[in-house]
Amino acid sequence: MNDNDIVLRVEDIHKSFGGTEVLRGVSFDVHCGETKVFIGPSGTGKSTLLRCINQLTPPDRGQVWLDGEEVTNSGARINYFRQKIGMVFQNFFLFDHLTALKNVELALLKVKGMGKAEAHEKALTELRQVGLEEWADHYPAELSGGQAQRVSIARALAMDPDVILFDEPTSALDPELTREVLEVMKKLARNGMTMLVVTHEMGFACSVANEVLFMENGVVAEQGSPDLLLHDPQFTRMKDFIGRIDSRMDD
Amino acid sequence: MDQTAFFFEILFPALMQGLIVTLQLIACSAPFGLALGVAIAVGRQYGHPVISWLCKTYVFFIKGTPLLLLLFILYFGLPSIGITFTAFVASVLGFILCNSAYNAEYIRGGLISIKEGQMVAAQALGMTRWQAIRSVVLPQALRRAIPGLSNEFIYLIKYSSLAYMLTVIELAGAGKQVATKYFLYTESFAAVAVVYLVLVSITTVAVNILEKRVVVPGTVRANPSAQL
Repeated sequence: MNDNDIVLRVEDIHKSFGGTEVLRGVSFDVHCGETKVFIGPSGTGKSTLLRCINQLTPPDRGQVWLDGEEVTNSGARINYFRQKIGMVFQNFFLFDHLTALKNVELALLKVKGMGKAEAHEKALTELRQVGLEEWADHYPAELSGGQAQRVSIARALAMDPDVILFDEPTSALDPELTREVLEVMKKLARNGMTMLVVTHEMGFACSVANEVLFMENGVVAEQGSPDLLLHDPQFTRMKDFIGRIDSRMDD
Repeated sequence: MDQTAFFFEILFPALMQGLIVTLQLIACSAPFGLALGVAIAVGRQYGHPVISWLCKTYVFFIKGTPLLLLLFILYFGLPSIGITFTAFVASVLGFILCNSAYNAEYIRGGLISIKEGQMVAAQALGMTRWQAIRSVVLPQALRRAIPGLSNEFIYLIKYSSLAYMLTVIELAGAGKQVATKYFLYTESFAAVAVVYLVLVSITTVAVNILEKRVVVPGTVRANPSAQL
C-alpha cells in the first residue's frame, strides 16, 4: 500500500479521565478499503480511541486527519467530518421513537438535507443491504438485538462514510445474533468499506482484518497481520491474552 | 320563581357565558404555557450555564409564590410602572407564567430520563446538538411527560377561576354572581362544580386517546393488574 490512499491518520492520541491516563500516544494510518481490528483487555482505551477519532471524546493531545484534513480542532466543521466517519455502538443506540426506516432516514434529511423521496429510497436501499427491508416499519423495541445492530449499521452506511468505526458491535449479543451481525460486517469488508473494529471476536479478526492492533495500557502493544501476531514467536502478548480467554472458556 | 325556571333561564345561560370565557382563558394560555415550558426545560438542561441558571431561577420564583399574588402584581402592580393590561390579558399572562414553570419541570424529568446514547448516536451522525435535541431527545421526552403535562393542564382548567379575582367573569365568577344575586349558593356552586367536572373528564379522555396515538410500538408495558 502506498501513502496516497490513506483515509485516516491518527497521530499520538492522548486522553486522560481524572488522573487516569487511558490513551498514552496511539498512532496509526488507515488505508482505503482496509479493516483494522483492535483487540485487548477491557479498560485499555479501545472504545475511547474510537470516540477520540470522531471527537465524541475530544483527545487531550494528538491529531486525527481524514483525507488530509484535520478533524481535531475543527470547530463546527466537526459535523461535516462526523458524516464521513460512521459509528456503530455496542448498545446500538437506535432512536427509540422511530421506525427502522426513519432511523436511517433522519440524518439524511437533517444533516445531508436530502429530499423526502430520495431519503426514503436511500434508507430502503441501506436496509436491503443489511437484509432488513421487510422490517423497515418496525420500531427498535420490536427488533431482536441482531436486527437492531444491523439497522444501526444501515444508519451509518446511509451517510456514505469514508470509514466506519465499530465499537464492540457484538458484545451485547448472543452467539447466534453475533453471527448475523458479523456476516453483514464481513460483506462490508469484502465490498471495500474501510472499517475500524473494536471486538473480542478473534474469528472475525482472523478472517477479515488486514491488520490487528493489540492494545494494552493505553498504547498499541503489538501490530501486524492476524497471521503474524498469532504465529510469529516474536509476538507474545496477544497470544497470552487470547490464551487467557481460551482457558477461561475451558472452565 | 321555581327551581326549573331558575336553572334553565338564569343559571344555565350565565354559566355558559362564563364557560366561554374560561375556555378562552385556557385556549390562550395552554399553548404558550407548553411552548415556554419546553423552552425553559431545554434551556435549563442543555443551555449555556447562564441560560440554565436563568431558567432554574424562573422556575424557582414561579413555583415559590402563589399564582394569585402573580396575578395581582400583573394587574394591580404593573400599572404603577406604566404597564397596563386588561384583566383578561393579565390573567392569561399569569397563567402562562405559572403553567410554563410547572410544565418545564415535567418536561425536564422527561429529558433526564432519555439515555445519553440517543444524543451520542445523533451527534455521531453529524447532527448538531440542537438538531439532536429537536429530532431525537425531545420527541421521546415529551411522550414521557404527557401524564405530568395533562395533570398541569387540569390544574390550569381549575386555576383559571382565579381570573375572577381580576374581575374576569369566567365560569366560577358567573356562578358567584348568580349565587349572590338570587341567594341560591348551593345550587349555583354545585352547577359550577359539575361544569368543571365535565371539563376535566373530557380532558382525561382526550389525554388517554393522545397517549394511545403517540405510543411507540413495542414499548407499552402491560399493566400487571389488567392481565388478571
